[in-house]
Amino acid sequence: MNYTGHILSWATFVPAIGAALIVLLLGLRYFTGFSKKAMDEAARWIALLASGASFAAAIAAWRWYQAAAPGLAVAGRSTGVQLVEKLVWIKPFNVEYFVGVDGLSISLVLLSGFISFIATIASMPWWASHRTNEMAGMVDDGHDDPHHPKHFSVRMVPGYMIMLLILQTGMMGTFVALDMFLFYVFWEVMLLPMYFLIGIWGGPRKEYAAIKFFLYTLAGSVLMLLAIIGVYYNSAAAQLADGSTVPHTFNLLELAAQGQAGQWAKALPILGFDFAKIVWVGFFIGFAIKIPMVPFHTWLPDAHVEAPTPVSVILAGVLLKMGIYGILRFNFPIFPEATRWAANAMAVFGMVNIVYAAFVCLAQKDLKKLIAYSSVSHMGFSLLGMAALTPTGISGAVLNLFTHGIISPMLFLIVGVIYDRAHHREIERFGGLAQTLPEYTGMMGLAFFASLGLPGLAGFISEFMVFSGSFPVFMTYTIVSATSVIITAAYYLWAIHRMFLGKVNEAYRGYPDLAWRERLTLYPLGAVAIFLGFYPQAILNSINTSLHALVRTIRVWS
Amino acid sequence: MELQRLVQDNLNSAFWFRPELALIFGSMLVFVADLVWRRSPGRVAKLAGLTLAVLAVTAGLLWVQDGDAKTLFNRMIVNDAYATFFKWLFVAAASLTVLITAQSRELAPERIGEFFALLLCITLGMFLMASSTNLLMIYMAVELVSMVSYVLAGYRRGDRKANEAALKYVIFGGVASGVMLFGMSYLYGILGSADVLEFAPALARFTGGFPMAQPGAEAATKLALVLATVFVSAGIGYKIAAVPWHMWCPDVYEGAPTPFTAFLSVGPKAAGFALAMRFFLSAFAGPAHASGLADSVAGIPWPAVIGVISAVTMTLGNLVAVVQTNLKRLLAYSSIAHAGYMLMGLAAVSLTGVQSVMIYSAIYLVMNLGAFLVVILVAQATGSESIFEYRGLARRHPLAAVSFAIFLFSLTGLPPFAGFMGKMYLFYALFERIGLPGGGWYAALALIGALNTAVSLYYYARIIRAMFIDPPYEAAPPVRAGWGQQALLAAFSAFILVFGVWWNPIVDWSARSLELFRG
Repeated sequence: MNYTGHILSWATFVPAIGAALIVLLLGLRYFTGFSKKAMDEAARWIALLASGASFAAAIAAWRWYQAAAPGLAVAGRSTGVQLVEKLVWIKPFNVEYFVGVDGLSISLVLLSGFISFIATIASMPWWASHRTNEMAGMVDDGHDDPHHPKHFSVRMVPGYMIMLLILQTGMMGTFVALDMFLFYVFWEVMLLPMYFLIGIWGGPRKEYAAIKFFLYTLAGSVLMLLAIIGVYYNSAAAQLADGSTVPHTFNLLELAAQGQAGQWAKALPILGFDFAKIVWVGFFIGFAIKIPMVPFHTWLPDAHVEAPTPVSVILAGVLLKMGIYGILRFNFPIFPEATRWAANAMAVFGMVNIVYAAFVCLAQKDLKKLIAYSSVSHMGFSLLGMAALTPTGISGAVLNLFTHGIISPMLFLIVGVIYDRAHHREIERFGGLAQTLPEYTGMMGLAFFASLGLPGLAGFISEFMVFSGSFPVFMTYTIVSATSVIITAAYYLWAIHRMFLGKVNEAYRGYPDLAWRERLTLYPLGAVAIFLGFYPQAILNSINTSLHALVRTIRVWS
Repeated sequence: MELQRLVQDNLNSAFWFRPELALIFGSMLVFVADLVWRRSPGRVAKLAGLTLAVLAVTAGLLWVQDGDAKTLFNRMIVNDAYATFFKWLFVAAASLTVLITAQSRELAPERIGEFFALLLCITLGMFLMASSTNLLMIYMAVELVSMVSYVLAGYRRGDRKANEAALKYVIFGGVASGVMLFGMSYLYGILGSADVLEFAPALARFTGGFPMAQPGAEAATKLALVLATVFVSAGIGYKIAAVPWHMWCPDVYEGAPTPFTAFLSVGPKAAGFALAMRFFLSAFAGPAHASGLADSVAGIPWPAVIGVISAVTMTLGNLVAVVQTNLKRLLAYSSIAHAGYMLMGLAAVSLTGVQSVMIYSAIYLVMNLGAFLVVILVAQATGSESIFEYRGLARRHPLAAVSFAIFLFSLTGLPPFAGFMGKMYLFYALFERIGLPGGGWYAALALIGALNTAVSLYYYARIIRAMFIDPPYEAAPPVRAGWGQQALLAAFSAFILVFGVWWNPIVDWSARSLELFRG
């Protein structure tokens, strides 16, 4: 462990630096008054470069991460955590700036960098024919009439880019933070930009969707805050980065070691309930809202439907992963005993998520809402897989995060393409699009089939691993959940049937096929989806080491 | 000999009373200058400059004063680090209010001199509130603040709302202070002293068996003690606008000139907390309970009572704020809710609790003054405080909208804004007590506090939505802010952002100031 670089900090803060640059430019424009067009273009370039640089840093971190290395040692045990940066941040409260990655987070860091970059590309009005842009309402005529909002990519551009970049910093920071407090700060930092991105640049019911998202998530995170303070207060002494010993700690790795050594048994029960269980539930609800887990899922369809395409991409691709990641980072290692106590309930909730959301998908008329509910359904796989506490199940759960993080952004981009042309998303009103838009239909087919779990594509591997991992433990739940495979195939194939096949709807004849901007976002995602379908080892290699250690830890408690 | 000692102590004390003396003479000076500069051009700037100079002298004297704990004027007031912390807050609140007032057009230039002079008087009253340890002195200090507040609340004489506000304020305030005085008389009768620092040993005598032999005396004394405590709490609760003594708050906030509303929401509220914490910790804890208050006095669990008041106050404040459409009333209810949050720190009755309230007061000062500054700006342009006027503010004045958003998110308690860390320390103070025997209810209080945060987001976000999401209404007048106002907005926002991610100085300072004089 001689690493002294700052690659994770760069990956996290480069977008924030980009946002600060845009703010500076805005200030400069206030004094010099250069044109709005120049300002917009500059903001776009800064966002693209900052987001690209962050992605490059994430790739570098991925390359430098060694799956087999023992990593940072805490309490005499190696944790596999690497690329560590640690310094004291707020001394009076024993908060550290402590970042690092293990097998679990490195894959999500990579995903977050990739999806952020894709979303930034999708936010540009560039690389498309004038006609395509005109159809989308993207042509910037210099007038900004607030009563007749134009396409999000030409409306209040500097503000949009600032929000997008701050969001990227929040996401990356959440995945690399190893200090509870730092984690919470990054977690909340994601909230505000998301609210504004949906609320300002969203669709017709954006106000409702934005505030609903905000309230749900905040309610979850204040519970989490209470749980964090509770855990902190009941933690044992630990060492800070400056070598001083302090009575309590926010250090996640230290807390995990303490939790596994039975620290929480010393804590007094709260209102008659076991401390560890109460805190476990507090964390779990906070994270479950983000997953989203039925019955806390209702914010998601609203948020997705109203959000602009790139924001949906980030929401489905990265933000939903935070919930499962948080449970694996907090609940599992810090409270192994309580995790075993709650495993059955988690599996039930996972099953309900999978099956219920799949049925809801069947009833959807709006293509984006269908895909939003399919996200809910797919996140259920991760819940079920990790509840099983088997090596295969938990690896499948995390691989599912990654594959869903690739496939669902693709699905939302597909929706965005047709929405930009037709300005509606009602499945019934389309028909025979395959003849008009062959290339688009091809990409759609790839995304839909990857999502419904066709062998050879990414989704299949993770679903298979989840089912084979959970079957020995929860036989009934797994069998019930597996029926969703059929329902999923049904709603996707039915949607294809209604939209792309059949009689050609004359209204949509002559639509332009994919533009370069859309190709730039869809093709890389499609390539990864195919690649992972044949070689999931690329991701599994790094996550297995960490996760299997985690599973062993929890099983010791049986 | 005795007389000589008293006189000598008073003379010696004067040296430690210099900041207060500066305020006394300064306010007189401002009154005189107001007359002298009656027709002078630029009198607003001159008077504001003079007032700021007085406050600067006060601050300078406060700076050179060491915080050594000692009693002054024959144990009427004390000089300790705790009081000094709050005095700094009051000086800051007064100075910022002067800056805000001088740049707002809400007060007529002819009458602004009186306003500044009276503001200095209130500041003096708050100084005394933070440092009094004698029932008489406490009453005097509270009355000084209240009396002048009545005048300033009704400052716009021709305005019906201002008249209503002042009248309500006087009536509620009169009742509250009368009740408080009544309670004090009971305390004096039972404990045999008006000196708060002597209460703790006197109370300790009761726990060791009652000296009175008559049957029923014990029960009667306990009842009287409970009543007295409730009455005194009523007076203090009225100053901090805790439920059920909050009714004056929305009307007064709405009717008073906005700069004074801003001051009222941060200054006297902090002074009320300073007084409450010193009173409860000195009177009922004493040196024997160095870390906190005795858990029950006269068989009543006072921390739990405060906890219930805290929960009710924040819940009511937040729920009623949800339906408000006038920004001043909305912020009034929000300030009631914030009093509820701060009461969590008081309910913890520990030094951590005191520290958390001190930290929160400091941060609340900046974020609330900032919020009111934006209200002033919009009211200047539109003549109204309705939330409707905030539609599209992000386009009409981006700096005002963005900084208002920062203040509102900070009031909600979201990281990375300073309000978050203030709230976190309040929660932390509760968690210190959850583990102790009988402390389970603190968990419930923390949960209520957390859920209230989510409720408060709802109405703060309504303003955000109006500013950023809704388009401006037709013919919305442009919002203009002077350079000074823009600089203040930027400075407040910078404070909130910087202390949201790096708050060591403020915590260190409050930790150093935790030394309460306990006799």
